[in-house]
Amino acid sequence: MMLPFKRAVLALLILAAPTLLQAQSAEAPVQQVLQTHADVIVKSSRKTIGPAIDALATSGLPEAQVVLERWQAKDMWVNKETGLFVFAEKADGGLQLFDVSDGSEIGIADRKQFKQLKPNSGIRGMIASALVQFRLNDPNPENRADALTAIERDAEASHLAALRGAIDTEDDADLKARKERLERLLTIRFDEDEAARLAAIESFAGDLGVDVRATLNPLVASEIQTAQQIPDGAVAVEVGSDDLTREQAYDLLVEAGLAPALVDTATVKEALIANISGDTVAGVQVASLNEDAARAAAYQLLADQGLADPLVTQNEIDKAIESHSFFRVYVGAPLPVALAAQATLQDIETQVALNQTADLVLDALSLASIYFLAAIGLAITFGVMGVINMAHGEFIMMGAYTGYVVQLFIPDLTLSILVAIPCAFMVTFGAGVLMERLVIRWLYHRPLETLLATFGVSIALQQLAKNIFGTQARPLTAPAWLDGSMVINDIVSISYIRIAIFILALLFLALFLIVMNRTRLGLEVRAVTQNPRMAASMGINPDRINMLTFGFGSGIAGIAGVAIGLYAKVTSEMGSDYIVQSFMTVVVGGVGNIWGTLLGATMVGTLQKGIEWLNPSNTLAAQTYMILFIILFIQFRPRGIIALKGRAAEA
Amino acid sequence: MVEMTSTALPRRKPLVLRYPSVAIFLIILSLFTAVVTILGEGFGIGVISTSFIKTLGKTLCLCLAALAMDLVWGYTGILSLGHMAFFGIGGYAIGMWLMYARTEIIVRDSLAAAALPPTPQEISDGIATQIFGVVGTSEFPPIWSLAHSFPLQLAAVVLVPGLLAFVFGWLAFRSRVTGVYLSILTQAMTLALSLYLFQNDSGLRGNNGLSGLQNLPGLEDVPQSTVSILFFWASALALGLGYVLCAWVVSGKFGSVIRAIRDDESRVRFLGYSVEAYKLFIFTFTAVICGIAGALYYPQAGIINPAEIAPIASIYLAVWVAIGGRGRLYGAVIGAAFVSLLSTWFTGGQAPDISVGFYTIQWVDWWTILLGLSFVAVTLFAPRGVGGLIDRFTERRAPDRHGADLGPDLGSLQEREADK
Repeated sequence: MMLPFKRAVLALLILAAPTLLQAQSAEAPVQQVLQTHADVIVKSSRKTIGPAIDALATSGLPEAQVVLERWQAKDMWVNKETGLFVFAEKADGGLQLFDVSDGSEIGIADRKQFKQLKPNSGIRGMIASALVQFRLNDPNPENRADALTAIERDAEASHLAALRGAIDTEDDADLKARKERLERLLTIRFDEDEAARLAAIESFAGDLGVDVRATLNPLVASEIQTAQQIPDGAVAVEVGSDDLTREQAYDLLVEAGLAPALVDTATVKEALIANISGDTVAGVQVASLNEDAARAAAYQLLADQGLADPLVTQNEIDKAIESHSFFRVYVGAPLPVALAAQATLQDIETQVALNQTADLVLDALSLASIYFLAAIGLAITFGVMGVINMAHGEFIMMGAYTGYVVQLFIPDLTLSILVAIPCAFMVTFGAGVLMERLVIRWLYHRPLETLLATFGVSIALQQLAKNIFGTQARPLTAPAWLDGSMVINDIVSISYIRIAIFILALLFLALFLIVMNRTRLGLEVRAVTQNPRMAASMGINPDRINMLTFGFGSGIAGIAGVAIGLYAKVTSEMGSDYIVQSFMTVVVGGVGNIWGTLLGATMVGTLQKGIEWLNPSNTLAAQTYMILFIILFIQFRPRGIIALKGRAAEA
Repeated sequence: MVEMTSTALPRRKPLVLRYPSVAIFLIILSLFTAVVTILGEGFGIGVISTSFIKTLGKTLCLCLAALAMDLVWGYTGILSLGHMAFFGIGGYAIGMWLMYARTEIIVRDSLAAAALPPTPQEISDGIATQIFGVVGTSEFPPIWSLAHSFPLQLAAVVLVPGLLAFVFGWLAFRSRVTGVYLSILTQAMTLALSLYLFQNDSGLRGNNGLSGLQNLPGLEDVPQSTVSILFFWASALALGLGYVLCAWVVSGKFGSVIRAIRDDESRVRFLGYSVEAYKLFIFTFTAVICGIAGALYYPQAGIINPAEIAPIASIYLAVWVAIGGRGRLYGAVIGAAFVSLLSTWFTGGQAPDISVGFYTIQWVDWWTILLGLSFVAVTLFAPRGVGGLIDRFTERRAPDRHGADLGPDLGSLQEREADK
């Protein structure tokens, strides 16, 4: 611990003999490079600093990177007497000096002898771009990746050469691919050689990357201009085409000062107001000017007297347009490059459209599986038993809230979801059985009254949830392994939650089929549904079966609630968001047939996504048109896509 | 009553004698109107506040809508969950004129000071900017092209709900959509309509709705206390007329046929009646009544927005009729008046909180639960509703509906009923 003190003493000695200091660092090659450009470095002006930075960057010295970095960090100082550069840090008793060539400590010196180099932000930026080539060749792959990311975000012309120099030395395959791609992108943007740019543009045909489109789009920026003759490098535009209507063409002429401006109603009004004298304008009573025609006539009088600009006639407009040429000028790039970029972009657009269709199909499938999940419980209670349960949506909500409550007690997300699913099933199974025993049992064969009574239950449950959990949305958090999404390319991606819901929907379908077709319960349910009296005489207890079936349907709604809660918000009103769509799904598919429900969900989901795609800004409109479509669809297939036939249809 | 009308009478007695309830109802309604007028601020002693007069006037309009609901559900057996949509359309139709006309007055006043007298285009632009500024446009959507004309918008109050009901009913009835399917379909229609109106580009100001409807153009100098009484009278008159009209419709042969459709649709069809035409007529007719009721309701409410059309509103209408007692016109009126006034009282925060030691029941929160549960209770235990209480004082006896159905459809004769 005595060492610093000894050093301080030593430093004082050194200060007393400045020649010693000089001898230590003047011969180092990097110091020599700095000395060559000492004037401009000390002057520190953005305009003149270029050669100094270039000299350092191209010196090939390994220590050049450190020098640049520390210079950038304002750590480099210059000795006022000798003009030698050193690194320095402020320390007790002066400056702690380090050698620029190897960073070794020199000692402590009086700060008055040294001047700090303070490169301004412009110079620091230049140093930063000079540093890029070092970073691109950094031995640590992470640093190289960071450097690439920095260039991708904010590229400059100077990066191109550095990047080209860093490709061959790259040994990491991924990074090499990234570098090559970036090199082509930068070639498109910055290369002086037109042939290289064209080649690079063509190499991106069909590439879906957002970066490619971001690079190409500025190149095809164009504007329509007008003049007597079409200049070189411009493409003629026909007046009256979609690109340029006659009105736009004339507006261009006015803008360019080649034709007089049209007199619009606002101008007429201003001119008239400006020329009011007493209660007349140009001899016309002001009070009579409450029609556009009267105002135009009065304005004509003003124009005739030379008090206003004359009106432009249609004839003059035609003449002006005929006597000028209209052409498109590409402002972002020379014509061949712009045209090549346009061709490539068109090619990309086709690919994008194809992929968007694929993405849309995925979206539609995922929405369909959500509707299927919401509707499958209903397919049991309504489809199989014929009981219309307006509180079905509230069972979904109840399941979601059960999940929320379970998460309050079990912080581990994966475990809590695994616990929540059976809990939700049990809670809603119990609620369903209770409701069947207390309400629905008395109302079999009176469907309209069932509808109303269950609706009463629905509003009571909804309000109860509001009273308990409040009106704000409660989170039902998905475990980390369900976060994020599966990215296939820049356009097609699907979140893992949606995939999970899709799989869950398939599982439910399988569960339904197995329970109904392979178990004793399913057999008894089908028997009771078809003919309760006959089933009763066969020893089946219809009351018990009805109770269990209703509970089963409600329980599935509860599980669906957990799944939907992961994907949407948990609120007391979430049930009513799904109830109409669920009924639509069951009715459209065909009551009493699970495959029908599946088809119904697919149709409703696809339809809604399809309409949303046609009118992306408006999901409300999509729902409106979807419901209208379903109303019409029921006209043509009143019993749904898969209609039960024969006696089953009468049950 | 079914028995009475089906008995072959040599000459039909006048409506009032066949339906004493009509006369009784009209007398009660007139008395009520007179009492409210005397107690109100506009022309009377001012015991009842103007806002409560408005509440009463609105309640009368709801009663009219409930009458229509009773006709379509209680008498014809079509559980429509879309009649509040027709109510809302009526309100929108009259609201468009009210808003247009009043904004026109404001715009004309503001333009009067301008140097040049305004052109029709300038006035129209000014009105459009005022009305549609909130949804970010300043042009009239095509749907407003008739809004300047009071008679045309008045016609729209009747025609638009009527036409919509006619088209929808025609589509639904011709493909034999019945029972719960029809209910769900009407609910879907209502949902579609309200979702459509929620959009800003629907042309009806999106979720802002139409507001300021309580200000009648041309009547700026008349105080609201007087206007509210005028609307109260108009609502009472509409309810009285609606009651007589509905009573007339359900009396006689037509009434018998629609009740028969309710009880057994296929049998009526086999007897050669065009079931679809009867249903379509009732559906359209009641939609028109709802439209008129809405047109009287919303100027008293002052504001209409798409939430008023949401499916829940139509379901509440069914709740009122069910609680009041369906299949009898006065039942619908009683139900609507009773439940909606009670609802206002409870949700208005006037009801006292009940403390149960560890928890205080606040009625604002718990009223809906009470309503929902009482609704279940009424459906289960008192299918005849509050109106059923009146049967205890009259000789009318409805069959005991706890036997097994003899026919396949809803409302068919039941075992014990047939034994009688």
